[in-house]
Amino acid sequence: MTEMITVYVPCDAAALSVGADEVAAAIVAEAARRHQAVTVVRNGSRGMLWLEPLVEVATAQGRVAYGPVAPEQVADLFEAGFLTGGAHPLGHGLTEQIPFFHHQQRLTFARCGLTDPLSVEDYRAHGGFVGLERALTMAPADICTEVAESGLRGRGGAGFPTGIKWRTVLDAKADEKFICCNADEGDSGTFADRMIMEGDPFCLIEGMTVAALAVGATQGYIYVRSEYPHAIATLRRAIDLAYEQNWLGAGLHGSAHRFDLEVRTGAGAYICGEETAMLESIEGKRGMVRAKPPLPALEGLFGKPTVVNNVLSLCSVPVILAKGAAFYRDFGVGRSRGTQPFQLGGNIRHGGLFETAFGITLHDLVYRFGGGTASGRPVRAVQVGGPLGAYLPEHLFHLPKDYEAFAAEEAMVGHGGIVVFDDSVDMAKQARFAMEFCAIESCGKCTPCRIGSTRGVEVIDRIIAGERRDENLALLEDLCMVMTEGSLCAMGGLTPLPVRSALKHFPEDFDRPASAPAQAAE
Amino acid sequence: MTDPRHSGTEAGSTAPWPAQESSSVRPWDAAVAQQIIDGFAGQRGALLPMLHALQGCFGCIDDAALPLLARSLNLSRADVHGVVTFYHDFRRTRPGRHILKVCRAEACQAMGADALIAHIKDHLSVDFHETTGDGAFTLEAVYCLGNCALSPALMLDETLVGRVTPARFDALVAGVRS
Repeated sequence: MTEMITVYVPCDAAALSVGADEVAAAIVAEAARRHQAVTVVRNGSRGMLWLEPLVEVATAQGRVAYGPVAPEQVADLFEAGFLTGGAHPLGHGLTEQIPFFHHQQRLTFARCGLTDPLSVEDYRAHGGFVGLERALTMAPADICTEVAESGLRGRGGAGFPTGIKWRTVLDAKADEKFICCNADEGDSGTFADRMIMEGDPFCLIEGMTVAALAVGATQGYIYVRSEYPHAIATLRRAIDLAYEQNWLGAGLHGSAHRFDLEVRTGAGAYICGEETAMLESIEGKRGMVRAKPPLPALEGLFGKPTVVNNVLSLCSVPVILAKGAAFYRDFGVGRSRGTQPFQLGGNIRHGGLFETAFGITLHDLVYRFGGGTASGRPVRAVQVGGPLGAYLPEHLFHLPKDYEAFAAEEAMVGHGGIVVFDDSVDMAKQARFAMEFCAIESCGKCTPCRIGSTRGVEVIDRIIAGERRDENLALLEDLCMVMTEGSLCAMGGLTPLPVRSALKHFPEDFDRPASAPAQAAE
Repeated sequence: MTDPRHSGTEAGSTAPWPAQESSSVRPWDAAVAQQIIDGFAGQRGALLPMLHALQGCFGCIDDAALPLLARSLNLSRADVHGVVTFYHDFRRTRPGRHILKVCRAEACQAMGADALIAHIKDHLSVDFHETTGDGAFTLEAVYCLGNCALSPALMLDETLVGRVTPARFDALVAGVRS
């Protein structure tokens, strides 16, 4: 008999979407046919999504990568001796030496792809729960201070200092407090929340538990969008395992503390990614945005003081507690400290998740690591920060990724999503889509957002059709201003960002000879 | 006091009906619906979990469910109606046996989603929110499936599919229909 060999095939939804289950089954079948002892571990994704399904083999030198593997190539891989790291056209050598991976600074995603997401033992063996164990020895105020000193800012897009938010909730007097994790990752071009919930769910559980200790909360909710069934299933299993092993519930890890955690499923409303709409939704109501103040930190879920944090903010907490605020703060630039998991998507050759310190330029992300477009055509624009983010042309690719540098260019880092478009893109059409999306997803509370978005689609249609262009461009600018100034939340307030940036950087697309009227997309 | 442990699984979702398997839905049954609703008794903010469970069982939110929900949560029917109609996921009529959600957000647009969607509508002879003549598929638009590096993407029931080409789509549909 041969020695047992461990092969990794991701169970991440992106890997599954290109056949990872079929590849795993083919490996098991081929190993059986050859009487070769193989253990297939279903890990999270390493984030090099263009290589998925990425199969890794554990060797004495480290994990060796092959990808993208199709089921019909599995027999050939065995033939080439991939179980001992043998050479094959699909081979990439050691996974961690692949340039895209090697140049990252993985703090939040350190374990993602390395471990079996649903193994507490694996999680512990890779430094899991060390931060929580330390937090259990600290006073709540000290935990808040540690997080504040790390410089961590909300990774959901707004960039509010996490430690200050926690301190506000800690100082609020109430009989009950909540931790709500915003996992309603609706922005196109972002998938980091999904990846870590599927690839390292205990990290989120640990981060939320630390938050609970810091502010004195006893109940947590993870609000996950319904478009993420795999993430929901993984989180629920992970929560059950955490209860079984006493990392949740009463007397957690032998302490006097209690923290209960529950997953809630969204129902296809983009606006529920806005924190107050999310709270309404968890309460069982329409996802209508609330006016602030009162801040959710003082009057949040069910009217109680509530921490609302994004998945990535909470998943950054364990490493901050484990290694200290200074360790985390040493990454980054200016007032943007630590790392950001950037997500490269759209028309890009090497799409995936790239975690690195703030300060990296768009150019490096798009070209050096992203490899340019998938289509091989020139890059024309990137949209940064989701559907409410600006479209940027190549001459701004030198911008360092940090909150303030982007704000100075009327753009935002947002959730770290970067969507690449090649030169076939029609920016007037993209601007129209931004308004159309707002019209579909507006909660309807504010008139500029509810009505303005529909008027915006109409005005852009007239501009594209060449109807009194100058007047309609002035009208569009006016409308954008009203939406920006007159909306309660980012939905109406930031929809003008992609529209205005398209107009500013790509005016030629709005000034073409009038063609056939733009077709309604829906 | 009973064990106050909150399981990670929402009450009700451990029931024998699958979460969103539209091909195995059952006809409206008020007693079963009431049983589902009662399964969430005591849970705070239970309306959305109840609606998900009802839709998972019956394929849609039947009009007859509204008064049951209203009564059990001490809400007006208008409140419940308001919630059901706010969210894109909740449907008032039964869908086809399979639900096909095609992403039309920016990352997929950058990889030709518009052309793919035109092909899909043509191939299935339906528009968004419509069901094919044989009742096999209901076509829906979705705005991001979180698969933006492997665009264009779609979701067939709960199966995510990436790098969809017209040929791959046709093969997928043929596989489901056979």
